Amino acid sequence: MSNLKNGAHILLECLAREGVDVMFGYPGGVMLPLYDAIYDDPIQHVLVRHEENAAFAASGYARATGKVGVCCATSGPGATNLTTGLVDALMDSIPVVALTGQVTSTLIGTDAFQEADTFGITRPCTKHNILVTRADEIAHAIHEAFHIASTGRPGPVLVDITKDAFQGQAQYAPVHEIHLPGYKVVTEGHAGQIRRAAQMMWEAKRPYVYAGGGIIASNAHEELRDVVETLDAPAVCTLMGLGALPGSHPNFISMPGMHGSYAANMGMYECDLLIALGVRFDDRVTGRLSSFAPHARVIHVDIDPAEIGKNRAVDLPIVGDAKRVLSKLVKALKELAPEMQGLRDADRKAWWSVVHAWQDEHPLEPVFGVDEIKPQQLMYEINKISDGKAIVASDVGQHQMWAAQFIRFDEPRLWVNSGGLGSMGFGLPSAIGAQMAHPGKLVFCICGDGGFQMALPELATLANFGLNVKVVVMNNGYLGMVRQWQELFYNNRLSSVEINTFPNVEHLGAAYGIKAKIVRSPLELERTLREAVDEPGPYLLDVRVSSFENVYPMVPAGGAINEMVLAPPRPVTVPE
Amino acid sequence: MLMTISLLMENKPGALMRVTGLLTQRGYNIESLTVARTLDPTLSRMTIVVDVEARLRALVIKQMNRLVNVLQATDLTEVQSVVRELVLMRVRAAMESRTAILKEAEIFAARVVDSSLEGFVIEATGESEKLSEFIAVMGSYGEIEVTRSGGVAVSLEAKKLRLAPPVPRSQSETVESR
Repeated sequence: MSNLKNGAHILLECLAREGVDVMFGYPGGVMLPLYDAIYDDPIQHVLVRHEENAAFAASGYARATGKVGVCCATSGPGATNLTTGLVDALMDSIPVVALTGQVTSTLIGTDAFQEADTFGITRPCTKHNILVTRADEIAHAIHEAFHIASTGRPGPVLVDITKDAFQGQAQYAPVHEIHLPGYKVVTEGHAGQIRRAAQMMWEAKRPYVYAGGGIIASNAHEELRDVVETLDAPAVCTLMGLGALPGSHPNFISMPGMHGSYAANMGMYECDLLIALGVRFDDRVTGRLSSFAPHARVIHVDIDPAEIGKNRAVDLPIVGDAKRVLSKLVKALKELAPEMQGLRDADRKAWWSVVHAWQDEHPLEPVFGVDEIKPQQLMYEINKISDGKAIVASDVGQHQMWAAQFIRFDEPRLWVNSGGLGSMGFGLPSAIGAQMAHPGKLVFCICGDGGFQMALPELATLANFGLNVKVVVMNNGYLGMVRQWQELFYNNRLSSVEINTFPNVEHLGAAYGIKAKIVRSPLELERTLREAVDEPGPYLLDVRVSSFENVYPMVPAGGAINEMVLAPPRPVTVPE
Repeated sequence: MLMTISLLMENKPGALMRVTGLLTQRGYNIESLTVARTLDPTLSRMTIVVDVEARLRALVIKQMNRLVNVLQATDLTEVQSVVRELVLMRVRAAMESRTAILKEAEIFAARVVDSSLEGFVIEATGESEKLSEFIAVMGSYGEIEVTRSGGVAVSLEAKKLRLAPPVPRSQSETVESR
């Protein structure tokens, strides 16, 4: 009995079997066979307005769910437009499968219309990529792609499929087994190393937990909490790890790094044992490496062996999946607790009193304006509404840092942001992806006036699907982060950073059929935000904030983590 | 310093690009690279000599092993191994120096593979340093043109090849027929 299908239908069958119910994409010439098959397929296809945003939306979906996000684009310009989103997902270890069309296999290499070497171009943009030229290769390629994207250290995988592969007929046979002899993933963690780690953790006088995106990727947040509580250690979460430990947890200090809090960074500097969990010692966290945690021995748990010792020598490495490793670590810690806990009580008390003193000395405090809205105040108000529960998709820049400082996340996968690559234009499309994943959740998209304009076309997608995303533009009239650096390090010579033309968002919103408002006064900020949240569907707010606020504390690039530039003293103003 | 890597990889389109791309991307300069199929035609063996700081050698191996198509990357820099290189050289020489050239070739255990009125084509294999000496010596007899293969290496220690076994891919089976 023949069960022949064309490649496009086989692809959709594979997607269904992988549990994909939504994909973000943009059609084109060589994708016609696929889009014809999509026409009567139950999969939901979200038509974005630029391919880059298809990749960002898929990434937002993946970040908010932990499931693989799927995007697709046509050959040539469609594929090249995807690349920023792919590198973004690569840097942040986000599982994304990208499907691109390619010219008919016999035309490859002839400079055919809309031909680009997608396979070559995306090699360094992906965890892995696959070129498919025949219909009967599609099923294996797709299931392999999902397997590679979602296992080990997650990442983007691209499958480039020629038009004739979409059109060709083949028998579909389910793929139940993936055989990739070179793809070795260590998940369990070495038992002896885990025991030694537990011993070291109890022996330390000043242990400090440094948790990152790896905790979220492996759903190890409960295990992290157990480790932190068993040991009663202070803990910081990186920009990628916010929400790994609830922001309201008493052991949570805040974010460390370039714009981390004073206490978070001092703790990094003064600890005698750094317990690094699912992190990669990024330069934005460590500052000058030679001055990073100089008194500490280091335990590093990561699923990617190539991260161990990459930037910082490690005393005790454990390669494995954070969830598996931490659950065993908790057991080992608890076994040692009866003999160790009592011995460590005094040390731990002393350590906490130091940490609390740092927190009291220089807390992260929002600044309130009377005549004009301060950007920190905007984040403070959003935080009040969110109360640790809303999804916040952020763009890149000052607003991103203030949001990370002042908005609390009590669960993982609420904070969606471009950490490693720092791609402006990420905020709006990723919010769309997150909202498609969680239609019932409140989703804020926080952008600057720069990044918002990079993602402008997606207002159409937002309106099209009536998505319940509250777009808040923190409008300071500048590319604020670059302006801050020009002020601090380039003698305040403000070069090409002023955004002196910004659309009237009330007109802009009206043009797209989206409710929109400009907010100028601190007195109307809270009320307007609440109005926007209470209104069903999309809402666009242009919040005019002071132009010249800087993000503090700040560790200048290449500086030592304990030598932060703190906020200059300012008159105390109390909100009414 | 120079590091010698032996790499066993799947013989698939683009596999070479992944390896060279990784090295350039991470800022390592490739000194030489050879690649050919193994006894098993689905696999290739690659020998790469690359300029890497000593403290980064382990990292390079880990990054190589991270590539999906790479079955095993081994650092041969400090293990018992044999590294050999092939040189093909055309020597233009006047009639009166031809005997001396042949003597010299014999000393270096090189072979003449072609001879004409213009001169010789000589093939030599050996350690890279020895070959460099040979090239320098021959250069003193006249105009030479040299092609070097780059090193090929084999480890004297057997290293167990660990391969990932096939893994089940769980999928939803309740897909409505389409």
